[in-house]
Amino acid sequence: MSLLEIKNLVVEFQTASGPFRAVDGVSLKVDEGEVLAIVGESGSGKSVSMLAAMGLLPWTAKVTADTLTFNGRDMQAMSDSDRRKIIGKDIAMIFQEPVASLNPCFTVGFQIEEVLRVHTDLGRRARRDRAIELFQSVGIPNPQERLGHFPHQMSGGQCQRVMIATALACNPKLLIADEPTTALDVTIQKQILDLLMKLQAEHGMGLIIITHDMGVVAETADRVIVQYKGRQIEEADVLSLFSAPKSVYTRALLSALPENATGGRLPTITEKLTDAEIFAGAVR
Amino acid sequence: MTPVLEARNLKRDYHIPGSLFKPAKTVHAVKGVSFSVEEGKTLAIVGESGCGKSTLARMVTMIDPVTAGEMLIDGRRIDIASEPLTPDMRSKVQIVFQNPYGSLNPRKKIGDILTEPLVINTKIPSGERRDRAMAMLKKVGLEERHYGRYPHMFSGGQRQRVAIARALMLNPRLLVLDEPVSALDLSVQAQVLNLLADLQEEFRLTYVFISHDLSVVRHIADDVMVMYFGEAVEYGSRDAVFDNPQHSYTKTLFAATPRVDVEAIRARLARKGRPEL
Repeated sequence: MSLLEIKNLVVEFQTASGPFRAVDGVSLKVDEGEVLAIVGESGSGKSVSMLAAMGLLPWTAKVTADTLTFNGRDMQAMSDSDRRKIIGKDIAMIFQEPVASLNPCFTVGFQIEEVLRVHTDLGRRARRDRAIELFQSVGIPNPQERLGHFPHQMSGGQCQRVMIATALACNPKLLIADEPTTALDVTIQKQILDLLMKLQAEHGMGLIIITHDMGVVAETADRVIVQYKGRQIEEADVLSLFSAPKSVYTRALLSALPENATGGRLPTITEKLTDAEIFAGAVR
Repeated sequence: MTPVLEARNLKRDYHIPGSLFKPAKTVHAVKGVSFSVEEGKTLAIVGESGCGKSTLARMVTMIDPVTAGEMLIDGRRIDIASEPLTPDMRSKVQIVFQNPYGSLNPRKKIGDILTEPLVINTKIPSGERRDRAMAMLKKVGLEERHYGRYPHMFSGGQRQRVAIARALMLNPRLLVLDEPVSALDLSVQAQVLNLLADLQEEFRLTYVFISHDLSVVRHIADDVMVMYFGEAVEYGSRDAVFDNPQHSYTKTLFAATPRVDVEAIRARLARKGRPEL
């Protein structure tokens, strides 16, 4: 049984000019211990589909799916309070802007202990010990002292580590990382990705990485889903995606990487492709 | 031939005034950097956030005065601290900023954005200003009908084209590009990089290209300078720096850059199968 299973997910937003379909028929599965990367350019619906799965979208969004199960339980039929028991505990999420995602009014220690207070029955002392242990596991030096710091006193990389520690507080079965390293320097990006991969292997959790960066995909994923304008274009294991991409869109995307450039100009095939051609070339 | 831009031992300090509880302090943002760029070439400046690369860009663009050292543009010594900036100097160097969403005034039409440098720095009459803006729009791959539109009606890649067009309105010799493609999607990034290469060929432009993305740098640069805590730790031709990095920081930077070739992925998957290694 897969950890998270989504079949034919559709998300529509009500706008002034009629309904807008942000996600159109996305299906995916993640198993325990698996790393899935969802890759696409901005507007491809990669974040929205995961937010929809977690029930984090505002009421203006209409979410429908044939199947939406986590660990065998139907997330759509579940009451809000039941879902809140799972979210943050069994499914955790890391967001793109580490500094903006933490509450500036509270210490990082308060914010990590809050998760433990809501989801576990640990006492005050035990929560603090667990927070220190978590900070150690994500490589924050001086955890005792750091717990009393506010987000603005820490660098972007450190804040991202706090976010990861918070997400891991209840040993989630599934971690969703939404562009976890986009705002960070390459050297810090490497550290954070290595940390995520190490923790993923240690805990055997499922990991979904949402990214637009082909480099991040190549460094982390087992399996990759390519999305474009809300639709799934290609799904493949990471090696075949890079060595023999099947869809025209993936091929165009890979050829636009500066690393793969052969001459003085980069091929810009995506510019010439119409949406119809891209969707027609989609392979599942 | 004199280089378009030459810097000798350039330094820049920022003074942070003290308060009742904190003593005043001085931040040495750039600690003595020397380089030169020939006409039609691209110098890439690489480094992590806080290493002083944007401070360097502000000095080259004559936004910030230099604290010490010499800067020569087209063989002429520039020191904005002692002499006022003339329109002639201003039109030699222009800059394109990282975030095209923040660098265009949302209340101005594209046409006004493009003609503004001409209004400020030249005496060109309005009819000709308009003609030049129209011509520049086409040069950067936009259309004449975009003249009367507002920035919010454009995508990120199109806005960056507008920002590039604005920078070129005064026919500069030197263009400072401060992370011009890092906010853009991969396919749009490729289009903007190609546009920059085309414009460089057409106008014999000289670029100072600031980036943290080594794959982009490797594609576009002739020379590379790696900065670390305000110092240039490595400076040389692209091939020399990429093939044979000398400084340990440069090596760390290269090692941290994700690799997208099939061999690297195969190696990673093999490592994953045997986690004890």
